[in-house]
Amino acid sequence: MEMSLKALDYESLNENVKNCQYAVRGELYLRASELQKEGKKIIFTNVGNPHALGQKPLTFPRQVVALCQAPFLLDDPNIGMIFPADAIARAKHYLSLTSGGLGAYSDSRGLPGVRKEVAEFIERRDGYPSDPELIFLTDGASKGVMQILNCVIRSQKDGILVPVPQYPLYSATISLLGGTLVPYYLEESENWGLDVNNLRQSVAQARSQGITVRAMVIINPGNPTGQCLSEANLREILRFCCDERLVLLGDEVYQQNIYQDERPFISSKKVLMDMRAPISKEVQLISFHTVSKGYWGECGQRGGYFEMTNIPPRTVEEIYKVASIALSPNVSAQIFMGLMVSPPKPGDISHDQFVRESKGILESLRRRARMMTDGFNSCKNVVCNFTEGAMYSFPQIKLPSKAIEAAKQAGKVPDVFYCLKLLEATGISTVPGSGFGQKEGVFHLRTTILPAEEEMPEIMDSFKKFNDEFMSQYGDNFGYSRM
Amino acid sequence: MRRFLINQAKGLVDHSRRQHHKSPSFLSPQSRPLASLVSLSRFFSSTSEMSASDSTSSLPVTLDSINPKVLKCEYAVRGEIVNIAQKLQEDLKANKDAYPFDEIIYCNIGNPQSLGQLPIRFFREVLALCDHASLLDESETHGLFSIDSIDRAWKILDQIPGRATGAYSHSQGIKGLRDVIAAGIEARDGFPADPNDIFLTDGASPAVHMMMQLLLSSEKDGILCPIPQYPLYSASIALHGGSLVPYYLDEATGWGLEISDLKKQLEEARSKGIAVRALVVINPGNPTGQVLAEENQRDIVNFCKQEGLVLLADEVYQENVYVPDKKFHSFKKVARSLGYGEKDISLVSFQSVSKGYYGECGKRGGYMEVTGFTSDVREQIYKMASVNLCSNISGQILASLVMSPPKPGDDSYDSYMAERDGILSSMAKRAKTLEDALNSLEGVTCNRAEGAMYLFPRISLPQKAIEAAEAEKTAPDAFYCKRLLNATGVVVVPGSGFGQVPGTWHFRCTILPQEDKIPAIVNRLTEFHKSFMDEFRN
Repeated sequence: MEMSLKALDYESLNENVKNCQYAVRGELYLRASELQKEGKKIIFTNVGNPHALGQKPLTFPRQVVALCQAPFLLDDPNIGMIFPADAIARAKHYLSLTSGGLGAYSDSRGLPGVRKEVAEFIERRDGYPSDPELIFLTDGASKGVMQILNCVIRSQKDGILVPVPQYPLYSATISLLGGTLVPYYLEESENWGLDVNNLRQSVAQARSQGITVRAMVIINPGNPTGQCLSEANLREILRFCCDERLVLLGDEVYQQNIYQDERPFISSKKVLMDMRAPISKEVQLISFHTVSKGYWGECGQRGGYFEMTNIPPRTVEEIYKVASIALSPNVSAQIFMGLMVSPPKPGDISHDQFVRESKGILESLRRRARMMTDGFNSCKNVVCNFTEGAMYSFPQIKLPSKAIEAAKQAGKVPDVFYCLKLLEATGISTVPGSGFGQKEGVFHLRTTILPAEEEMPEIMDSFKKFNDEFMSQYGDNFGYSRM
Repeated sequence: MRRFLINQAKGLVDHSRRQHHKSPSFLSPQSRPLASLVSLSRFFSSTSEMSASDSTSSLPVTLDSINPKVLKCEYAVRGEIVNIAQKLQEDLKANKDAYPFDEIIYCNIGNPQSLGQLPIRFFREVLALCDHASLLDESETHGLFSIDSIDRAWKILDQIPGRATGAYSHSQGIKGLRDVIAAGIEARDGFPADPNDIFLTDGASPAVHMMMQLLLSSEKDGILCPIPQYPLYSASIALHGGSLVPYYLDEATGWGLEISDLKKQLEEARSKGIAVRALVVINPGNPTGQVLAEENQRDIVNFCKQEGLVLLADEVYQENVYVPDKKFHSFKKVARSLGYGEKDISLVSFQSVSKGYYGECGKRGGYMEVTGFTSDVREQIYKMASVNLCSNISGQILASLVMSPPKPGDDSYDSYMAERDGILSSMAKRAKTLEDALNSLEGVTCNRAEGAMYLFPRISLPQKAIEAAEAEKTAPDAFYCKRLLNATGVVVVPGSGFGQVPGTWHFRCTILPQEDKIPAIVNRLTEFHKSFMDEFRN
């Protein structure tokens, strides 16, 4: 009976908590951390965490925020010796937007001045006006996603369309909130393309099970898949959401990470506005962005925002109300966000350095995306779509039946088995594809393209060596050859 | 379209009118979701176009179709009265002469640095150096920063892999910082603390949410909460679909906590089929400001042990104690002193960088220390923390600084102590001044603020005032607070936002405006109250 169980006994915990999974920091990561403690050199490619793998923070924003942290520095006559004038000016600007500096709660939606800068950025990017009142800053984009899903999910009967493979924030949050994940499969053979017919099928199936499908998530550029959606695809998706009365959640956190030129980033909002009335006034859209990715990589700051389009004012107020319970997003990150959307301009003292640092990072990411894709594809049993965007490589590993059997014996899902062996042999810590979702019987792993460029060749060699040995051990009797 | 919306709005008003004399919705878990009057005033003044989707449609994100738990939850600290204040503030810029005051003073929220309190210099020096570590390589830095702040920054950076303050950390927070915090807890309590029990979070509030998520599976799960309480608790219980089980603090005995009342409420809830999972205690109290006597704390710990309840100890005001006859004792210390160990009692302690003498609200730093539960439960907490990856690094660093400030002999020690003592003694002084002023008002009694940052006076409202409030479709205490705002520019929060014994009225006012503003506030408040009573006296 309940009385004999203590409140925090495992048996009496909220089932939703027990059911939710977040593989990015799950079994593989925990094992990797254990091995690291034992002294093994680990290369953490499990999470999009650029600074942890040696990427340096951009200089200008760090200068500005340091000055905001310690405003008494601004009074020192020698300050100009170690901080450029534009950083000093910008720090004063952001401090003037706060009501008490970094240590005061801001407006629960974020500093109005920063939200205005975000709106101006969106307008420049898309060519359509953006209302700062409909932009909420959050402690990372993840918090924003959780807030919105919390509004949409009322019960297990509410379904959210989520791509498979997906970034498991979505599956975990839906699980925690007690909703239902309605998967739609991306086509690996079509470069992880999105077929609207798949969408229709998923929705129909869900409805036949009594699920009310309420929202659709797109991740563009994709995570873990990296594909960049075409304009035509986005139009189809928006049309679909309009017809099916779904709110579209556009996760666009990787919009700065584009590694091919055929499909530049185009925001869901721009496409929607381009489609004109009536649809541009009807589709409910929430777009998410962050300071964690791009070439900024400031994951540890926890800075993000969402922009609402066509959300009724009273709903906006409810979302505001919930935001106000958490009082305010952290102010430092809001300043990072302001700086990200309004970086140094040509003519500014820090402009050249800023451009040099940013370009350096982006060009290197592009090269590493190529290196990794090619490296994986040179293995006979591995097929890897090119990383068009984002920060990940998601190769398909064709596992022989002996390996699958061995995994079963070990009580592990086959890709988990493979990834654990990879970890133990090479120190490369990845996330098994099962953490993101994949078709039955098809296995992947996700790695990031973030290790330093100089270390890439060695890492890929290390992988290939392991893969060769694995295939020799578990391959078919006529032997495995990379040719 | 407009007529439809007005009719809808009228429906809401009628509904809320029927509701407002009852206790607020968080005290009656069975009550229907109530669209607050907040929405109403903002709705009519909204400039954005109403889209067709606000009518009865099947669109996912309309008021009719969003999660009812969202509709149900309320948070008065930033509610209606603040919106009115913000509009007044805007108007004040253009029409200075139209008002009997020249500025709005926000006494609704514990946000010290927005009212002129300065941050602790040593803390900010360390944070700045960690934000821009290349400063540590510059020779000029030594002229600008204190020696020990440079030392501390090096120490901290050495604990961060790659010195990368921009990287996601371990989901519980950087290990080295947790070690420092654990040592700080041990130094404070005299009992060991385990860094693995510590979860660093973006302020204490997300940690509270995590625990509510863990404990509440349905409305059949209840959490005992003090009334009056800080409405984070009622809001998060509503958001996570649980039931708030109230226990009333006794105003007549300085907001004392009676175990017999706890027991009574517990049994009543159980008889209704509610599984009561935890007891929330806020010490020092918010809004009530009482510091629990150690004996009282022992009784509470024993009660939780006997009844199998998790003790959720909100201790964010642990550094804010203003009276010589009371002292802060952590619940962990009390439990351990009673001989209760890991296997005996489940206890979660919450701390924050937002309060104390540091007041760093905007940094969003805090932690919870979770003790007395099995490793499989800890794994679940870790898993929840990991979905958000980690809390902001700057806030983590600040939490470690708060729990290990400069020590005697450190370069910054003297100036740090001067700053700290200056802030705390000023708070004590302001608390007393405001308390005395409130007690001098007709029909107003105000318990002393033993700790925290608030005063929670009780006002006996004359019947005429209550009727006038009703006519305006406002709760009586909100009516008083709005009148107060319009007459003085001072923003306070009506007691109904925190819960109070039905038929009593309070408001919460912070003690945070700077000392030089206090006399003017006292004068304006006194004048306003006199004219209010003149208008409504029976």
